[in-house]
Amino acid sequence: MSEPRRETMLVEAIQSGTVIDHIPAGKGLVILGRLQIKNAQARLTVGLNLPSKGSGLKDLVKVDEWPFTEQDAAELALFAPDATVNIIEDYRVVRKFPISLPEVFVGVFPCPNSNCITHNEPVETRFTVLTQGERVQLRCHYCERSFADTLFTEN
Amino acid sequence: MRNPLYGRDIVSIGDLSKSDLEFIIERAAKLKASGPQPLLKDRLIASCFFEASTRTRLSFETAVQRLGGTLIGFSDSGHTSSKKGETLSDSIRMIASYADAIIMRHPQEGSARLAAEVADIPVINGGDGANQHPTQTLLDLFSIAECQGRLEGLSVALVGDLKYGRTVHSLAQALGHFKPRFYFVSPKALAMPAYIEDSLTEAGIQFEYIDQLEDVIPLVDVLYMTRVQKERFDPTEYMHLASQFILKPEMLERAAEHLRVMHPLPRVDEIHPAVDRTPHAYYFQQAENGVYARQALLSLVMNETVLDSVEGDPADV
Repeated sequence: MSEPRRETMLVEAIQSGTVIDHIPAGKGLVILGRLQIKNAQARLTVGLNLPSKGSGLKDLVKVDEWPFTEQDAAELALFAPDATVNIIEDYRVVRKFPISLPEVFVGVFPCPNSNCITHNEPVETRFTVLTQGERVQLRCHYCERSFADTLFTEN
Repeated sequence: MRNPLYGRDIVSIGDLSKSDLEFIIERAAKLKASGPQPLLKDRLIASCFFEASTRTRLSFETAVQRLGGTLIGFSDSGHTSSKKGETLSDSIRMIASYADAIIMRHPQEGSARLAAEVADIPVINGGDGANQHPTQTLLDLFSIAECQGRLEGLSVALVGDLKYGRTVHSLAQALGHFKPRFYFVSPKALAMPAYIEDSLTEAGIQFEYIDQLEDVIPLVDVLYMTRVQKERFDPTEYMHLASQFILKPEMLERAAEHLRVMHPLPRVDEIHPAVDRTPHAYYFQQAENGVYARQALLSLVMNETVLDSVEGDPADV
């Protein structure tokens, strides 16, 4: 437990909440943006280009007083697939899990098909995740079209 | 015998299993042979066309009336509350409280799935934008089974706009249950989308592209023609392309005797009218079969124990 704790101190320790670690360098601000969309009131701290344990650099985001569920973490999977989530209580890591692709994304992304009914109706979008080797596609539950994951992460 | 279609929404061809498809087709054949039966007596069906479609609407409404059902509804959205800004969800909730089932067409993709989730009565998709039109596929399958005497192991050419044509996508998907061999004939710019090719490959279904329409004719049992839409090309390019994908009667000289030409209609130039007089033409029977396929579907969705009654004396129903 000492290692993660020392690392998180690099920015500023949080008493409770979530530390998203091992975000690929350059993606930290994207993650920040996603979290702000989800909760505009969230207290966030970001560390960019921090030294990573292995080699190279990483970004890191701390989220005060919001212990992530697997679902919260999964929503970030397209942006930082290799990141890890540390749940903090009383300045200690009490749980640690990798971000992994969910089976479905509910209410996370707008449908790229501009003629999809979800743009006009009070309904949450719903995408099924389809993986074929390295390729990830999201299929809209409503308009039934499939889109490459990059379509959701670029812009 | 259990009726697996009872009470179900029919939104997408992918929702129907191979046995569901066979069940509906068998039922359509029985209804065609038996003549009209009062299987929708005392049932009120809402026919909601948020987008005009004369052929589909008339076919559905004929099916309902022939089965003794009654109809409410509208033939375009011009006079509905959607013009006033009402959401589709609210419109459907209201209609669902009046009727026993909803048939709907809507210009936006996903509308039928949404409606099916909102309504507590069966919703039958009569076309949602460029996405799905499952009853077209059902009538296509029924017609193929009828004219070929089987669905298994047929050689089928899909011709024309294979990129945007939802009809051919759904047909390829549905026929995929029956070990077909596909031949695709289309302008390069309108080839089958990669995701359809991928799903065929994954399912172990053989397909190949053939450049010339006349070359595919000796190879197939069914020649399924579709329209190349003018608006997708500039006028000169269209003239050139369209001329390559027009079926003329002399091209059918090398056809097998049992080859049948199908088309979802409306046709424009792609089938020469003289083909109508050959024994291969099957597109008008196909259109007529739309009524039987829709009768079959509606009667199965609306009746838990409809199955045995149709085989007996119609007066017993």
